[in-house]
Amino acid sequence: MHPAPSVIIFTSLSGLGFGLLFWMGLGVLAPTGWVAFAFFTIAYLLAVGGLMASAFHLGHPERALKAFTQWRTSWLSREAWASVLALVTMALYGAGLVFFASRWAVLGYLGAALSLATVVTTAMIYTQMRTVPRWHNATTPGMFLSFSLGGGALLAGQVTLASWLLPFAGLALVAHWVMGDRALAGSGTTLASATGLGDRGTVRSFEPPHTGTNYLLREFVHVVGRKHSVTLRVIALLSGFVLPVLILLAGAGHVLAAVAVLLHLVGVFASRWLFFAEAEHVVGLYYGKR
Amino acid sequence: MTSLPEKTDRKLGLVIDLDTCVGCHACVISCKGWNTENYGAPLADTDAYGADPSGTFLNRVHSYEVQPESGPAQLVHFPKSCLHCEDAPCVTVCPTGASYKRVEDGIVLVNESDCIGCGLCAWACPYGAREMDPTAGVMKKCTLCVDRIYNENLPEEDREPACVRTCPAGARHFGDFADPESDVSKLTAERGGMDLMPEQGTKPVNKYLPPRDRDIDVLAPLLEPVAEDSKGFLGWLDKTLSKVGGA
Ligand code: SF4
Ligand code: SF4
Ligand code: SF4
Repeated sequence: MHPAPSVIIFTSLSGLGFGLLFWMGLGVLAPTGWVAFAFFTIAYLLAVGGLMASAFHLGHPERALKAFTQWRTSWLSREAWASVLALVTMALYGAGLVFFASRWAVLGYLGAALSLATVVTTAMIYTQMRTVPRWHNATTPGMFLSFSLGGGALLAGQVTLASWLLPFAGLALVAHWVMGDRALAGSGTTLASATGLGDRGTVRSFEPPHTGTNYLLREFVHVVGRKHSVTLRVIALLSGFVLPVLILLAGAGHVLAAVAVLLHLVGVFASRWLFFAEAEHVVGLYYGKR
Repeated sequence: MTSLPEKTDRKLGLVIDLDTCVGCHACVISCKGWNTENYGAPLADTDAYGADPSGTFLNRVHSYEVQPESGPAQLVHFPKSCLHCEDAPCVTVCPTGASYKRVEDGIVLVNESDCIGCGLCAWACPYGAREMDPTAGVMKKCTLCVDRIYNENLPEEDREPACVRTCPAGARHFGDFADPESDVSKLTAERGGMDLMPEQGTKPVNKYLPPRDRDIDVLAPLLEPVAEDSKGFLGWLDKTLSKVGGA
């Protein structure tokens, strides 16, 4: 799949933002006054900034409200609802902490649940795609959720939580790679089944339908060099998870904690780039590109 | 509405005959011609006369080489447009309700004024049957020429899809698969019409007829040499040449 910057930024940042909101809603940290204001500002910048970035991906952003109508069937529509409900609920909860120095616990729990639900709906948009075998398994929501919880805990300054959750997220990432690398072969979809000609012999793409490129090739057929992919995987794992955990375990102060957050962010971006770039859409088979 | 109908009254679709398709791309051009001038936004071409031309099409023709275990390879031309699937994943993922499957005839359409251009439906289609138009910013796909098949302003013989009407080889057929007596149903039954990527669970309506076997060589027996030993001048020439050639 084409690794579109807007979608990589959106899923990475909003995942972190909603993770932070989740821990605040649970009351794991319940700052008040200006400190609360600062935390909520960061969470909202990440969550809303991510959502805005994804809107740039649309052909007709001005019609975005229509995306709220099909929640019965569409995960994208459910994501729209979950994110808006989570943001509104957490804004009310945040107002309590910032202006009244009081923690309205029930509202917080509700907001935490909605924040997590948002991350699940985002993950399900990808997981549901049977056409992309690498995404169509439990490691996708596993990775999105553990990233959000681990990264959120890191942002929230929860050293113990983060040093438990981040290694878990790293494992989820490795599981996603291991399962993903054999997913296309395991899906049973091949050029033989795509053309229905497999029982007559070996099928080979002889001539594509067009001499130039087209939307399908641009959007769905992205081939990452093997060497590139290994390097990026190492960066994603080290920078996103191993180093931040080591820093936390070494007993970091504020400055080093900020470094850990930045390293984590770099790792998340790298892994999200790979998530898209390495994903093989079955339509590539028709072009002999798998 | 992006819920799929339980059942459609009719199942309109195409039969594509891989045996007779000659790969001329006439259906590609007639499809683009009709659909760029009629229903919905025109099908954009970008940099059409430049170095990097690209365009939106609703129907494209691939070519594949099939190499059997023994014998010569076979070339198969392979037209591909929306298969109007019964379990269309492109419809259920749509957040706006722009993508829908019609209850009356099963045609899968996009309501372009509701489409936000998120592209998710194209991700969900395993066949590459949907293309985002770069100029209009909305999703384009085969409409089964819905503006021809019911169009009373057209002469009756033109009330079929443009690609079917234009195919010089008769490789595309249009009809109702819900009616077991229709031509398309009979063709599918007779020739072993198949689904593409059945494992994707989309239940395509369009069927593909496999190429016929090429092992019956009608002419070969007639072309066998009838006389092994030639006589007279030709016989002498044959022997002499064989001697000279050392054979
Ligand atoms: S071929 Fe693709 S676009 Fe057409 S109905 Fe099936 S899944 Fe949808
Ligand atoms: S691109 Fe348009 S038709 Fe396709 S899923 Fe998005 S809103 Fe629906
Ligand atoms: S039915 Fe119409 S829209 Fe569909 S491929 Fe044929 S000409 Fe194109």
